[in-house]
Order: sequence, then C-alpha cells, then structure tokens
Amino acid sequence: MIRLINIHKSFRSQQVLRDLSLTIPSGQTTVIIGRSGGGKSVLLKHIMGLIRPDSGEIWIDDQEINQLKQRDLYRVRKRFGMLFQEGALFDSMSVGENVAFPIREHKKMTHLELEKAVSEKLALVGLSGIEKKMPSELSGGMRKRVALARAMALDPDIMLFDEPTTGLDPILTAAIDHLIIETQKRFQMTCVVISHDIQSVFRIAHNIVMLFEGKIIEGGTPEVFRQSTNKMVQDFLLGQYSENSV
Amino acid sequence: MITRIFFMVGRRALAFLSELGGILLMFFQSMAWTFTPPFRLRNLIKQMEFIGVKSLFIVVLTGVFSGMVLALQSYHGFRKFGGESLMGGIVALSLAREMGPVMTALMVNARAGSAIAAELGTMRVTEQIDALQMMAINPVQYLVVPRIWAGVLMLPLLTAINILVGIIGGYFVGVILLKINPGVFMDKMINMIELSDLVQGIVKSVFFGLILTLIGCYKGYNTYGGAEGVGRATTEAVVISSVCILIGTYVLTSLLF
Repeated sequence: MIRLINIHKSFRSQQVLRDLSLTIPSGQTTVIIGRSGGGKSVLLKHIMGLIRPDSGEIWIDDQEINQLKQRDLYRVRKRFGMLFQEGALFDSMSVGENVAFPIREHKKMTHLELEKAVSEKLALVGLSGIEKKMPSELSGGMRKRVALARAMALDPDIMLFDEPTTGLDPILTAAIDHLIIETQKRFQMTCVVISHDIQSVFRIAHNIVMLFEGKIIEGGTPEVFRQSTNKMVQDFLLGQYSENSV
Repeated sequence: MITRIFFMVGRRALAFLSELGGILLMFFQSMAWTFTPPFRLRNLIKQMEFIGVKSLFIVVLTGVFSGMVLALQSYHGFRKFGGESLMGGIVALSLAREMGPVMTALMVNARAGSAIAAELGTMRVTEQIDALQMMAINPVQYLVVPRIWAGVLMLPLLTAINILVGIIGGYFVGVILLKINPGVFMDKMINMIELSDLVQGIVKSVFFGLILTLIGCYKGYNTYGGAEGVGRATTEAVVISSVCILIGTYVLTSLLF
C-alpha cells in the first residue's frame, strides 16, 4: 500500500501540492486525473522518491521513504517499474540492451539466461524478435511497449505510468490499456496511472482520484466518479469548458 | 536606481555562487561515487575511447599546425637579431609549457565537452536520467564518473601527442622549409627544454581534463527546457570551459611553477 500524508510541495513561490493525502491500495489500478499543470507528475515523482516534499510523509508499505538513506531508497526503488511519457528508452542502446539493462545491473545471470529473460519480456508486450532494433527505428506505440517491457524487467510489484496513451491513436491506446489490465491482473501489481484520456481511465481503473490545484477533490471507484456531483469532475469527464474549470 | 543596480548585481552574484556550488558538489559526489562499487570499467573504457581516441585526429592536426606556425613566427622574430638558431628550443618550450596543453584542451572541449553536455542534456529532457534513477542506478556514478576520469586520464596523453607532433611540425618548417641546420635545431631544443617544462604541461592537462568534463557533465545534467535547453547547455558548457581553461592556465602557471 502507498500512503501520502499531508504532502506540501512548492517550487519557489508556486505551491504545487497542498496538504495532499492519498491512499493507493495494493494489487489495484489507481488512476490520477486532473488538468495539465495540476501537480500529477510532481505527485508521481514524490511516490518514486525523485522529489522530496516540503512537509508530509510518503509510506511504501511500512517504509517512510523520506527518512531513507539513498542506498535504502534504491532498494525500495527496485520494487518499482516506471513507464515514462515518451518511454525514456536509452537512445544509444538497442531494444534488447534497453530491456536487459536493469536486469544486468541488479541480477546475476548468464548471457543465455539474460537473452531468454529479454525475449520473454518483449513477448509479454507483443514485440518478439526486435532485440536488435534501435529505439529510433520504432514507432511511438512500439517505443512505449518496449519501455513497458523494460519497466517490468525486474518483476516490480508497483508500476507507475505517466500518461501511457498520450499521443497514440485509439487502437494503440486500447492495446496499451489492454496490456496494463493484463499485466496488472497477471502479476497482481499495484498500478498508479496518470492519464487525461477519459475512455482509457474508465477501462483500466479500479480507483480514480482527481487532483485540482494541488488537492484531491474527488476519489473513488469509476462508478462513484461517474455519479460525482462535483462540477469540476463533471466538466473534466465530459470535456466541457466552464468559468469554474479554468 | 541604486537599489536596482544592487539587486541586479546581487542576483548575478547569487546565480554565480549557486552555479559554482553545483559544480563543486558534482565534483565531490563524483569522487565519492568513484570508490563505491559497482565499478563500471566498461563505461570508463567507452568514454576513454570517445574522449581520447576519437579526438586524436583533431589534436594531431592542430598540433602539427601549431608547431608549424610557431616555427614560422619565431623565425621571423628571431631573424631580426640573428637568433634563428633558438627556434627549435622556443618551439618546444612554448608547446610543452603552454600551447600544447591549452590547444589540446580547447579542441577536446569543442569536440567532446560539447558532446557530453548535449548527450546528458538530451538524456535529462527525455527523462532518461530519471529512468536511471528509477532503476536504482545513481546517474552521477553511471554517467558522470566515467566521463570525468576519462577526461583526466586522456588529456595528458593527447597533450603529449600534441606536443610531439607540434615539434615535428616545427622541425619541418625550420629545417626543411627554412633551411636551419638540423643539428642546431635539435641541440637548442634539447638544451632549452627541461623535464619540469613537460611536467608543467602534463599537470595542466590533467586539470583541463577535469574542468572540461566536469562542466560539460554539470551543464548537461542540469539541463531544462527541451531542445532549446539542450542547445543552451551545450553553448554554456563550451564557453565556460574555454574561459576556465584560459584562466586556469594563467593561475596554474603563476601558482605552481
């Protein structure tokens, strides 16, 4: 379980997170929605321990990650996988090397075992046999799937997704959603997803929370969310403009 | 008006100190991570190849022409009072103490320092550095340490090569083109140059290797603002390193030798 308690974060004079508290249950997919610039990515970086809050606590199961030394924080991070918005594949490495990279860094394997592990991970995302290709030779959708294979290389129990379907066509979006649902079910992972794509959100989410001006303004199951009377939530779900939502 | 001037000066001073603090912090972090396992020898060798081997051509080219132009200029100067025979010594001395290390550092900075800043800057804006951290890999240890050590190890070697080919270039101009007696050329060179002159050049090059890789890494690592940011970081890295190399050569000469 991931718990954020009374998180405050400012960058210079701009307050990004204001007394934010959130519980993310284990073994489920929680989707964080909200307007651009609303603090979603900052929130995700707090969970990863890439940004420290000005005040507040972040618990990953029974560990408060702000109190951890770097070595211990790295130990916690090995439990995480992260799919970045643009994939963040290493340009200088082939697809196979990208997927092999975290395994090579943290596990002791023979060359053959490593090759097998890489091809298994690539098969998982439906991209067998492209180990030799370079990231620049791949389409946007393929890059994201390779990035997903790399994120899952160490068999994490917590997966973080930063706008996994942004910039993809509807069919690819559905394919990525399907992958998220399947991998979450298969490995019983805790998934935290940031998304703007409402269709996609309702497809993958067990829980949805909405962030507005650094605060959680609504949270619950997709059903609860659909029936929310909060004007901001309804504007966001329906994609409609009103004076209050700007 | 006066308040505004103080405000501007203060802001600039703070920005400068913050930049200097950041660079020093990266240096100390790199030193600490150097002695922390895992030791990534393959990364170091890759960077040594990039900074050292791949800079060889440009270093040799600039070395030859530095030696040649130095010989030509000193010949015309010395001829005015009949001191052409000193040419060999002057060429070797200038190259060993000053021209060799500075020219090499400026060339490697233009080629490798800029590439380091651009590569790390691109990795920063495309979240590849965040990805490293998410994989529980320290980016300073993985990216910065091998580059700094590669610079520190390869610059002295490149400088030595630059000095050697510079002397060959000077010999070619002096002896072959300007018909100075080869025995006199070599004799003056051997008499005038001492081991301490060569040591001075090599010690300088170690500092220059550190300066250009450290600033390149710092600027690249702290890039923000997309493609424009990468361009800005690269330019700043090259300009700041070049200025530091030129100031550094004066400071080192006056302090150490």
